[in-house]
Amino acid sequence: MSNDAVAGKDTAVAEHGSEGHGTSEHLVKMANDIGHFFGAEPEREDAIAGIANHIAKFWTKRMRDKLTAHIKSDGDAGLDELPREALRRLAAQPAAQPAAKQAAH
Amino acid sequence: MLSIAEKDLGTPKRESAELVTLTIDGQEVTVPAGTSVMRAAALSDVKIPKLCATEQLEAFGSCRLCLVQIEGMKGLPASCTTPVAPGMKVTTQNKQLADIRRGVMELYISDHPLDCLTCPANGHCELQDMAGVVGLREVRYGYEGANHLSAEKDTSNPYFTFDASKCIVCSRCVRACDEQQGTFALTIQNRGFESTVSASQNVPFMDSECVSCGACVQACPTATLSEKSLIENGQAEHSITTTCAYCGVGCSFRAEMKGEEVVRMVPNMDGHANHGHSCVKGRFAIGYATHSDRIVKPMIRSKITDPWREVSWEEAIGYAASELKRIQATYGRDSIGGITSSRCTNEETYLVQKLVRAGFGNNNVDTCARVCHSPTGYGLKNTLGESAGTQNFDSVMKADVIFVIGANPTDGHPVFASQMKRRLRQGAKLIVADPRRIDLVRTPHIEAEQHLKLRPGTNVALINSLAHVIVAEGLVKEDFVRARCEMPSFEKWRNFVAQERNSPEAMEAVTGVPAADVRAAARLYATGGNGAIYYGLGVTEHSQGSTMVMGIANLAMATGNVGREGVGVNPLRGQNNVQGSCDMGSFPHEFPGYRHVSDDSVRALFEDAWGMKLLGEPGLRIPNMFEAALDGEFKGLYIEGEDIAQSDPNTQHVTAALTSMECIIVQDLFLNESAKFAHVFLPGSSFLEKDGTFTNAERRISPVRKVMKPKSGYADWEITQLLSNAVGYPMNYTHPSEIMDEIARLTPTFTGVSFDRIDELGSIQWPCNAEHPEGTPTMHIGEFVRGKGKFLVTEYVPTAEKVNARYPLILTTGRILSQYNVGAQTRRTENNAWHDEDRLEIHPQDAEDRGIAEGDWVGIESRAGDTVLRARVTERVQPGVVYTTFHFPESGANVITTDNSDWATNCPEYKVTAVQAVRVSQPSEWQKRFREFSETQETLLKSAADVMFVAK
Repeated sequence: MSNDAVAGKDTAVAEHGSEGHGTSEHLVKMANDIGHFFGAEPEREDAIAGIANHIAKFWTKRMRDKLTAHIKSDGDAGLDELPREALRRLAAQPAAQPAAKQAAH
Repeated sequence: MLSIAEKDLGTPKRESAELVTLTIDGQEVTVPAGTSVMRAAALSDVKIPKLCATEQLEAFGSCRLCLVQIEGMKGLPASCTTPVAPGMKVTTQNKQLADIRRGVMELYISDHPLDCLTCPANGHCELQDMAGVVGLREVRYGYEGANHLSAEKDTSNPYFTFDASKCIVCSRCVRACDEQQGTFALTIQNRGFESTVSASQNVPFMDSECVSCGACVQACPTATLSEKSLIENGQAEHSITTTCAYCGVGCSFRAEMKGEEVVRMVPNMDGHANHGHSCVKGRFAIGYATHSDRIVKPMIRSKITDPWREVSWEEAIGYAASELKRIQATYGRDSIGGITSSRCTNEETYLVQKLVRAGFGNNNVDTCARVCHSPTGYGLKNTLGESAGTQNFDSVMKADVIFVIGANPTDGHPVFASQMKRRLRQGAKLIVADPRRIDLVRTPHIEAEQHLKLRPGTNVALINSLAHVIVAEGLVKEDFVRARCEMPSFEKWRNFVAQERNSPEAMEAVTGVPAADVRAAARLYATGGNGAIYYGLGVTEHSQGSTMVMGIANLAMATGNVGREGVGVNPLRGQNNVQGSCDMGSFPHEFPGYRHVSDDSVRALFEDAWGMKLLGEPGLRIPNMFEAALDGEFKGLYIEGEDIAQSDPNTQHVTAALTSMECIIVQDLFLNESAKFAHVFLPGSSFLEKDGTFTNAERRISPVRKVMKPKSGYADWEITQLLSNAVGYPMNYTHPSEIMDEIARLTPTFTGVSFDRIDELGSIQWPCNAEHPEGTPTMHIGEFVRGKGKFLVTEYVPTAEKVNARYPLILTTGRILSQYNVGAQTRRTENNAWHDEDRLEIHPQDAEDRGIAEGDWVGIESRAGDTVLRARVTERVQPGVVYTTFHFPESGANVITTDNSDWATNCPEYKVTAVQAVRVSQPSEWQKRFREFSETQETLLKSAADVMFVAK
């Protein structure tokens, strides 16, 4: 194991630079698109769980945090109801890990 | 000319459980029933003279050299057309046979030039060999009479010549074109003495419908059809088996070499994916590897407006590593990443993702499968349980109904298309779902039962309406579903598709496909015997790409068309190693073998093997990288073998993202479009210059073997290793086989794979492990990989990309036979003779409405951008739809495509863009800027004068 690897050096500055031009429109669109698929689930709970799991499994933490912050500052911010609820639930469990072994979606 | 390394047994192999024993020249021989006497003799090392017979083609019985005597049979039968029979007694040599054979050869030679010493086939000419074998010593007829010796030579094809003076009219070329390629471009014209091989009807090869696959050249027993490279370079002296670097068929080739020079590429008769066939790209288009555009020395610059500076490997790697470290120190661990490519070997992609995860300390690694087949991985994993196609290619020979959806095999996967066409000529039925009339819809001896000409973007509506028919008309294979699938998921799906709104009648308004055609297609697929679905990017590259893949899997499960030969769900992968690059963990959320990074036990396995703490959070996908770059969060990128600036959608968005970054490292053969935005250029190696493996669309892992030294000094895996060591994460592989050994140790589906094992078996289809020591041709036999198959509800969601008064046409994109992907390779070959610019296909009605005539310049504008292409007016496209290829960067096809993407994987929606088309007189503003920028970058390259490859 090498101690010189770049990775080991800078966790302290990992969050540095997260202030960009900050548009989250594409994240809203992505979340809504995911919502459209799972929205076909007959049970609302299944739909929300599906969206939450999908986002946890495929989005970086920074993308999730950014969209959550966007909702906080901008109300519903164009986000549909189901993904908004899924995001809220994800944000409520900060250490959320995607359910990797869950076969569903 | 046949391969210098292969023994030809004269007639094709026959499979039969029944064995037949006969006697040939007193020797007892046992072979499968159906085998010819010629092959039986060859198998026991008895050589019967032959000219018109070759193992690749059905017996023809025309040359009369292979006559034999068979006890109890009248006359002297041709051994090639005579099947073996129990107790048969065959004599292959006696005076009578010798006299006849000598007589036949004497006639052949009486009308053949005697320039053997200067003939390109010298030493490997079958006619020459046979003259020797039969002991021809004189030609009694003289050469004064009428002959063909002054016949004109056709040199129109860039890769081979047709010298009619050397033709013996054995028909091997004609039969190869018919049987192997299925194009039927050649014929024997006229009769008797006037008989000549003719392309189409007496036109030069280039003007005929010949697709330049080269099957005829390989089949020719003389120098009549010869590769120009063979004529120029002389005979090869050794041959090395390797795998083609073009499409997802992954053809096996013998690189026939003279020292380090490739004389010619000959498809390998033992190749498991291609069985001795090839296309114009794999066989001929390899000139790019030694093209003068190749850069073979490392270069750096601090700004993209600076001239390139040639530097040593040490300096280039040192600079790249220091920049990556600086960027991470300034902007954080997550501010850098890597992109690998389906053009890289498995070992290379594995190393890049390892470098990113262990060396960069994040999971920001992605591969170009993101923009092509990522929905396949997602959709099939969630329904069937494995992110891969279910069959091998040979399975198509047992299919009864072939359903091609959003794929154009004769252009995109030509060698597999030839096999598919062979099956269709045997009587299998064909259904095509495609907005455009692809060649397969109607081609010699083949006509689709149904061509479902749907509107681009309505795949899911179509698949739901097909499913509706299957459910509503009681065509579900209930016993299969009950035994093999999750019943609650099936019930949910059945209730969904059964709804009237999913009926073909209700969906007709959406898809534009007549309901009766949908019903007929659904009935045929569900009840026509073995139903096999083949699909391509016309399925995946949509906002509902993943939904459509699931819809296809649903349909296959509901009709019981999974888990045996002849059926299945078969994604046709665009590039040679799409499957492999996905398998190797190049996606940001998955380790090799499709295991999520958040899985603690899997992560522990890799942490232990790699000696680093690894991140359990998914990293950025390619489109997310662009967004993060524009947000100022992502600043450094290592790109191996991929050209995102040309191949990814919404070019202006991509180039804006690239411009905002501080260090882009491009490892490639050429100064590609992305390299024009780069700060470090690391010269890569072609597939001829390295060892490794590619995994094709059938999960087949095939060997890539070094036939020459890397032009830049290092193979690509060595360059990644140098970079890794420089950023502080040590790698010490001495050969790619050690990388594969590591992959095998860490990946359950690869545990039985090694270079030695691949060499032993020729190729291996994963999973290959203790359970399947020789690999797995057909998946999901008896049980799905996930246990029970899972049906998923696939609601049709119209794309956001809608036509309106301003953008009334839908643009869809595709590829053409002679060019490959972004064209970086094929544009640097003679293949441009077939296609030297991208054109816009437009329906005659749409063209007339706009005053556009064939060849006119047409401005195409979308919500993302605009470009200008020349028009091809054709009924191949339907009214309201326009189509183009994307092989030339200046075409700017992706300037027009939008940011819309698949909801699950962010695979771009290349196939649906609302546009307007108008007649124009000059290039678009983007094209002018592009030209200017490219010229500047070429100038900046010239300052580093000695970096280009010079042929010696």
